[in-house]
Amino acid sequence: MSILVFAEHDNSTLKAETLKTVAAAQAIGGDITLLVAGYNCQSVVDAASKVNGVSKVLVADNASYEHQLAENVSLLVLELAGDYEHIIATALTTGKNFMPRVAALLDVTQISDIIAVESADIFVRPIYAGNAIATVQSLDSKKVITVRATGFDAVATDGNAEVVTLDIATDANISSHVSDELTESERPDLGAAGVVISGGRGMQNGDNFKLLDGIADKLGAAIGASRAAVDAGFVPNDMQVGQTGKIVAPDLYIAVGISGAIQHLAGMKDSKIIVAINKDPEAPIFQVADYGIVADLFDALPELEGKL
Amino acid sequence: MKVLVPIKRVIDYNVKVRVKPDNSNVDLANVKMAINPFCEIAVEEAVRLKEAGTATEVIAVSIGNKSCQEQLRTALALGADRAIQIETDENLDSLNIAKLLQKVVEEEQPQLVVLGKQAIDSDNNQTGQMLAALTGLPQGTFASEVKVEGDKVNVTREVDGGLQTVALNMPAIVTTDLRLNEPRYASLPNIMKAKRKPLAVKPASDFGIDLAARTKLVKVTPPATRQAGIVVETIDELVEKLKNEAKVIS
Ligand SMILES: Cc1cc2nc3c(=O)[nH]c(=O)nc-3n(C[C@H](O)[C@H](O)[C@H](O)COP(=O)(O)OP(=O)(O)OC[C@H]3O[C@@H](n4cnc5c(N)ncnc54)[C@H](O)[C@@H]3O)c2cc1C
Ligand SMILES: Nc1ncnc2c1ncn2[C@@H]1O[C@H](COP(=O)(O)O)[C@@H](O)[C@H]1O
Repeated sequence: MSILVFAEHDNSTLKAETLKTVAAAQAIGGDITLLVAGYNCQSVVDAASKVNGVSKVLVADNASYEHQLAENVSLLVLELAGDYEHIIATALTTGKNFMPRVAALLDVTQISDIIAVESADIFVRPIYAGNAIATVQSLDSKKVITVRATGFDAVATDGNAEVVTLDIATDANISSHVSDELTESERPDLGAAGVVISGGRGMQNGDNFKLLDGIADKLGAAIGASRAAVDAGFVPNDMQVGQTGKIVAPDLYIAVGISGAIQHLAGMKDSKIIVAINKDPEAPIFQVADYGIVADLFDALPELEGKL
Repeated sequence: MKVLVPIKRVIDYNVKVRVKPDNSNVDLANVKMAINPFCEIAVEEAVRLKEAGTATEVIAVSIGNKSCQEQLRTALALGADRAIQIETDENLDSLNIAKLLQKVVEEEQPQLVVLGKQAIDSDNNQTGQMLAALTGLPQGTFASEVKVEGDKVNVTREVDGGLQTVALNMPAIVTTDLRLNEPRYASLPNIMKAKRKPLAVKPASDFGIDLAARTKLVKVTPPATRQAGIVVETIDELVEKLKNEAKVIS
């Protein structure tokens, strides 16, 4: 069997989640090809060729893939699809955007956000914000799948795959990139961090998120947020953790001033250790926290920073 | 210009669903149902486009059994002009939903189709993208801003790194994210008025599409439950536990 895995990257760095998606491909079993579609993305190609378990790296380095527009990337994957039984991408915003387009062009449905592989055609995925776990069999001839990275352990990176450059440019000419407004941060990616500290509505305003900085510095943590904190404009959208935001499963997750709505829990309840800081002893977050502390965050955070 | 808004009837977002004891599916008997929150945002956006004079007609469409008429009436009360129910008792795969919607797009010729980015029951996040593929139209998914300018629509998208703006030739497909707008509440007079707005019912079998299932649900199980842990009294105790018991910090 042959499996095509889409490499998730920003033209300079291969995202750590790709290593977990390759692990999902290994669980299916078969010859794994990694596709790097981008522009001026040689450093990604170098990293991709070292991913263990990958036999070949296909490179489509072309201006039409610079922003990985769904209209263009889906046509590229469609051209390659004939050689593969499984086509897999990480369930991050790029994969979520173009993969269903690939599926429909191939006249198959997509199996979204899998967290485990039972066999080459049976997969496990959370539904209803993770309040139920479905085991689903794909009846389609080709399987188009997105992978929730937190379900798999990353493969190593001391491999040496063959690199093949493709001479393809697919431009649908119906969409174009206008601009990006990306959040600059020195901190690790939410999806890759071993420690995540998130603030909720209880933080009261964006300025108060600085109270999390010192702790994040000491722990090498990424900073996240609840939907309420993002909606209120305290922090940018890409910090939202939850059912409809980012899914994280770090060794340590610290929820500060977050009540623990099911949609928030859906994005973090697979963390190894959960700490909750909340002044309301009845807050549902305490039902999933390994260690809870009933306290005012404005007292607790400075003290915690001092004692780490 | 016409705007088409596909909406889905789903479990109310406040309800924590339970799995049936025989693991065949989740138990939706006597559970509160509602319009999918992302679809509500889609209806609101379409209605605002109409109020701004950009759109001339807003059409809501839902695929499901008779009970989804309730959500179509909600969409009408929120400002949609008319509704279409595509009747089926099956729980169709996204590809089949997209194929039915493709037929509606061919018939109605909307300039914009606004869907939710995700249905909060299946958590699939794929129907809009599939509809875009089938119709050959461009897509602006996870939208937090939609601006129609001439024959193009600029869509600002919520992506992993922040925001991305793309320009799409119209007709185009848009899927909504949470911060696109804040939906209004339907007023009582508008709820009354909605009862008289047109709602057409068409059997799914009339569309001449092979709607055979693409997936088989093998089983549904409850998630692994987490044990509630302990409440610590002081920050010192917390730090000590994290270091020596959980061993997640050093
Ligand atoms: C379709 C849909 C999708 C959604 N997706 C997501 C998602 O992806 N992620 C997400 O997070 N939410 C999501 N939500 C929203 C979710 O339902 C909740 O509304 C949200 O998570 C609440 O955020 P919060 O806990 O910060 O705010 P609140 O529920 O208001 O909780 C604030 C908490 O802070 C505590 N607090 C206040 N002041 C202090 C203080 N000084 N010290 C200590 N504690 C304090 C309070 O006791 C309270 O528990 C979604 C909702 C819908 C409908
Ligand atoms: N049965 C349905 N009827 C109408 N629209 C639907 C239906 N199912 C999904 N949709 C639309 O597709 C969006 C995404 O759903 P999904 O891809 O299932 O997560 C929803 O927000 C709706 O706009």
